[in-house]
Amino acid sequence: MSNVKSVLLVGVGGQGIILASQILSSGLIEAGFDVKMSEVHGMAQRGGSVTTQVRYGEKVDSPIIGKGSADVMVAFEKVEAVRWLEYLKPGGALVVNNYEIPSATVISGAEVYPEGVMEKLKATVDNIYVIDAAKEAMELGNIKAQNIVLLGGLIKAMGVEGVDWDKMVEQNVKPRFVELNLKAINKGMDLVASEVKEEVSI
Amino acid sequence: MKKLLTGNEAIARGFYEAGGHVAAAYPGTPSTEILENMEQYKEDVYCEWSPNEKVAMEVAIGASMAGARSLAAMKHVGLNVAADPIMTYAYLGVNGGFVFVSADDPGMHSSQNEQDNRYFAKFGKMAMVEPTDSQEAKDYVKEALRVSEEYDVPVLFRVTTRVCHSKTLVELGERTEVAKKPYVKNVSKFLAAPAHAKVLHVTLEERLSKLEEYSNNSPLNTVEWNDKKIGIITSGISYQYAKEVFGDSASYLKIGFTNPLPFGMIEDFAKEVETLYVIEELEPYMEEQIKARGIKCTGKELIPNVGELNPDIIAKALLGKEIKTIEGLDALDDAMIKRPPTLCAGCPHRGLFYSLSKIKNVMVTGDIGCYTLGFTQPLNSMDTCVCMGGSISTGHGAAKAFKLAGEDKKVVSVIGDSTFFHTGMNSLVDVVYNKGNTVTVILDNRITGMTGHQENPGTGYTLMGDKTIAIDIPNLVKALGVEDIQVVNPLNLKETDAALKKALEFDGPSVVITRWPCVLKKFSQEDKTEFGCELKKFKVNEDKCKSCKLCLKSGCPALSFDKFAKIDPDMCVGCSVCAQVCPFEAIERVGE
Repeated sequence: MSNVKSVLLVGVGGQGIILASQILSSGLIEAGFDVKMSEVHGMAQRGGSVTTQVRYGEKVDSPIIGKGSADVMVAFEKVEAVRWLEYLKPGGALVVNNYEIPSATVISGAEVYPEGVMEKLKATVDNIYVIDAAKEAMELGNIKAQNIVLLGGLIKAMGVEGVDWDKMVEQNVKPRFVELNLKAINKGMDLVASEVKEEVSI
Repeated sequence: MKKLLTGNEAIARGFYEAGGHVAAAYPGTPSTEILENMEQYKEDVYCEWSPNEKVAMEVAIGASMAGARSLAAMKHVGLNVAADPIMTYAYLGVNGGFVFVSADDPGMHSSQNEQDNRYFAKFGKMAMVEPTDSQEAKDYVKEALRVSEEYDVPVLFRVTTRVCHSKTLVELGERTEVAKKPYVKNVSKFLAAPAHAKVLHVTLEERLSKLEEYSNNSPLNTVEWNDKKIGIITSGISYQYAKEVFGDSASYLKIGFTNPLPFGMIEDFAKEVETLYVIEELEPYMEEQIKARGIKCTGKELIPNVGELNPDIIAKALLGKEIKTIEGLDALDDAMIKRPPTLCAGCPHRGLFYSLSKIKNVMVTGDIGCYTLGFTQPLNSMDTCVCMGGSISTGHGAAKAFKLAGEDKKVVSVIGDSTFFHTGMNSLVDVVYNKGNTVTVILDNRITGMTGHQENPGTGYTLMGDKTIAIDIPNLVKALGVEDIQVVNPLNLKETDAALKKALEFDGPSVVITRWPCVLKKFSQEDKTEFGCELKKFKVNEDKCKSCKLCLKSGCPALSFDKFAKIDPDMCVGCSVCAQVCPFEAIERVGE
């Protein structure tokens, strides 16, 4: 369906992608959209590559997308951006965390973490927003909030308006983390807002 | 009120709203959250983790015989374990409504095969329903229970990963109380002796004819007329993909009640459309039956029967649509690494597998769980894995083969605590009974880890949160006849090395139990008492580090290397395995 938008969230197990997807989905429901969200459990959680997909619009059919179909993609780790880039639509927006997580193959010495990932991504994707989410989250007091910084960036890149995102954060995170995550989501929004090139229209 | 629910949450909700009484399961991806979510309805629904799927199925069958609305849930391969009771319960028929969920995993996101369990419904002559989203998952449970009671038949509720784990909007309803039916002793119905079963088989065939009539009129089977050039017969998640690709440009026969198929509806639909496609994931379950009726259609000639479907695959197969991706992706080929799943930092299995990796000339037979990752680099210490509970018996068979051929090769079988209770126990009985000589290592991490921390018979708690007897593995193993039993802390490498050495030298069946909780487990009061101390993190003393990289052989994801070994302070939990591996005492506790 042409009025349906697709968002792809990718990263490494343990980075908090599912929570970010949940907050995003609840906001989209609040905005009045039909929403479908797909995630995969099990093996993928053990430090492997993890993805969730969120689709929204007037009426959504398939909960999942194929290659070349994501309007916006957020990568919580930079090599994961590369791994999933073929799922981004030509002209789609990429929000990418300037953050490196070595995999088991890198630790064991079987592979070397590649150089120049971000430069290559910039050369390939026109509509790209790079966020140092780990650094930003540390400055806010806890590196674990980097997922919510990225969520803020993603929301801005999607250009969804009319949602009280602060309320969505309050409803979805534990009370003692609300303050931190409110700062994080707004930080992410500000970072992308300052350099939005071309909003993805709904 | 509309709520975003996974298919699994919706199935639990549907059972609750339908007045369900008893539910049982053994956890397995992608089915686990069905019973996890049933727990919130425990005021009205009795629910339990059973030790395996066969037991869960039997618990639900017994409750159904007694007159309760019952449900059993399992992953696709779990139904293999539970096949024995259900194949006969189909003959007997129900008292209280009976639904069993088979959650299949096309694409094998977290499974050892991708068998298509729709064939079980046909094989076992049972009714089957297939929802396409969470709203239907909830609604169809209610209709399935009603059909089960009206037609005296068990219903296979077949879902797949993308239905189980996709969240879609669901309108919640209230619970309708349904009284348990009275139990009346009736051996000719509920006692499957040959004399009874011969009669029951005839009744079963009659029931199937009635069910086909229902299928042709079922609210679960619907036609959506649009353009009649293309007609699509589809079911389950494939319906959503087909809609995504064809939208309103094709007509649909959407089949939610898939055994027996609504052949009347299919014939009528086929007559009206020019080209007929059957779009289904995995095997040509519907297509074969439709073709057998002489109806011309296209399906698996174009759509793959391997792996998961998605809208792209269908668009390419049926419309020849090529996918456009971003240009210049080739330039990124060298900016890629593999990212296989790995044992967590601080995982208690790491110590055991590190010790095992140093032993030469052994075959290690493995099992299903997080610890299957013991096969990966750099630990590289597992040879085989077939099915739940299979490690001990495959190991026993291998050891007998080696012995017969005069080969001097020892066998170590590795199995988790939950898996041991599942079907490992009977295998250990076999080793003892048939004079086996293998080493069985039971990795007791005090929880069912892989599926996300479910209680099991060894943890001391039930699904409904009650305290219960924690079955003691050492005593259990002793009672099974094993004489050589050792319990070790797997985070202590010397202790683990010594235990393995002793067990391998022992002539006869040996058991080593590694007892330490999963690093992600929320400790119970008993865990705190037994394992309680808060561990201090480790750091590398670069003055002592000789850059030998030996610590990296432990495969801990908190370790990395840049001139010297490095430990990620956010990931390290202080398990100390790397510090024990280091020959230069260069890895030290923070603050010491």
